[in-house]
Amino acid sequence: MAEFRMPSLGADMDAGVLLEWLVRPGDTVRKGDVVAVVDTSKAAIEVECFTSGTVERLLVEPGTRVPVGAPLATIAAAEGEPAEVPPVPAAPPAAPPVGLPPREPPVGVSPVTSPLVRRLAAERGVDLTAVRGTGPGGRITHADVERHAAAAAAPPPTAPPTAPPPAAPPTPAERRVRASPLARRLAAELGVDLATVQGTGRDGAISADDVRLAAETAPPTRDEGERRRENMRVAIAALMARSKREVPHYYLSETIDLAPAMAWLRERNRALPVPERIVPAVLLLKASARAAARVSEVNGFWQDDRFVPGSGVHLGVAIALRGGGLVAPAIHDADQRDLHDLMATLRDLVTRTRAGRLRGGEMSDPTITISNLGDQGVESIFGVIYPPQVALVGFGRVTDRPWAVDGLLGVRPTVTASLAGDHRATDGATGARYLQALSQLLQTPEEL
Amino acid sequence: MTATDIATTVRTCLREVAPEADLDALPADADLREELFLDSLDFLRLVELLSERTGHRIDEEDYPHLESVNSTVAFLSRVG
Repeated sequence: MAEFRMPSLGADMDAGVLLEWLVRPGDTVRKGDVVAVVDTSKAAIEVECFTSGTVERLLVEPGTRVPVGAPLATIAAAEGEPAEVPPVPAAPPAAPPVGLPPREPPVGVSPVTSPLVRRLAAERGVDLTAVRGTGPGGRITHADVERHAAAAAAPPPTAPPTAPPPAAPPTPAERRVRASPLARRLAAELGVDLATVQGTGRDGAISADDVRLAAETAPPTRDEGERRRENMRVAIAALMARSKREVPHYYLSETIDLAPAMAWLRERNRALPVPERIVPAVLLLKASARAAARVSEVNGFWQDDRFVPGSGVHLGVAIALRGGGLVAPAIHDADQRDLHDLMATLRDLVTRTRAGRLRGGEMSDPTITISNLGDQGVESIFGVIYPPQVALVGFGRVTDRPWAVDGLLGVRPTVTASLAGDHRATDGATGARYLQALSQLLQTPEEL
Repeated sequence: MTATDIATTVRTCLREVAPEADLDALPADADLREELFLDSLDFLRLVELLSERTGHRIDEEDYPHLESVNSTVAFLSRVG
């Protein structure tokens, strides 16, 4: 019997919330099947299982926050022919007893609680016999315990939890709101009603800080998207701060002549219908992956005070989300894929990233990351490495520049490529070799 | 297709490519890539949709014509 555990979906993840099960006990699963959806602070990720067999029990209920490595389900290993569908256990219960405890439950405890719920109850000091279950069949859910714990911890509900209004609040008609222009503008932006804000300035005038405070302590009316953006900001902040704290970055840059690459691409795309066309970014990705295979010292991780090479070039592609935020899922074995495949993969990845449906494998193991800000119109980017990776490649906009060739000045499309390297893992000379390889590969696009 | 039909189609396609953008507030002569933050993949998707819906072939050389809503409508009306 195998356990399906909460996977690590990125270096910055220590726990995830199980959002949804896509399988039920008795289902046959094969290695690589998507079996559940997990919410990390960045996105909802579809996670695959790593064993083939039959799902025995689901140990965790949707909505539960689970640390990385904790078991989520048990899977009975497949025996014999993988093609042969194992028989479904006779008469699976209509509402499967999710995470039925293996032993007889202690007397007095509601018979249906999952181990996780019991652990939570123990942590929170909640007596399960006092909790009313709202799950199927009166099952006590994670939320029931949290609710019970919160109710027990909260003071008797005499005052509202948010800042109370002034002792004798004047009616809106008689209250003249005194606020600075900045505060007013901020209030409009943040959707704060100034009449509800308590001013701390002279004569109760409302300052910008008061508005910010009011916006922060306002009851949560923000939608799911905003909550996710906020979580993502926190996750990015934590990881990037860790990177700048721990990783001694060095930066190199090289302006690369893209005339051969752009000419070749134009010729290639001319003959093709739109869905078959390739964008220049794909050439840059492919060249970056091939260069990483060639200068393999930049492709891997810094772990336990030493460099661990990546098993294959899994290219992290930084994808900006509409509305803010950034996710860098991986294109596996990018150096081995042809351009057509890479283009299709990139399109699929961008679409799924923005829809919030990435797969676990894509989140967990990029070996080097590419950040292409060319479309945003900047000339160059010097990026921050995603730990534990040891390098980040940046591309600016493809732009026409004066270019000297054989003593003559011409105008050529060029791109400025940069490398941010982890100086613990490599020295500048290695980084320079990487950028040289990249430049060289882009001179013969037909071989990419 | 009349120019009005084409204009409607262009806005429908834009809505699919940039679903969160406030297209009603988008000036008809604004730069699409800049105003809607379209990257090269978004733009390709737009070209793909326009091509599908209007039945016109749009080559890479034509991309500069797709700068704004107005110029796109003008271009598609011309080739139609």
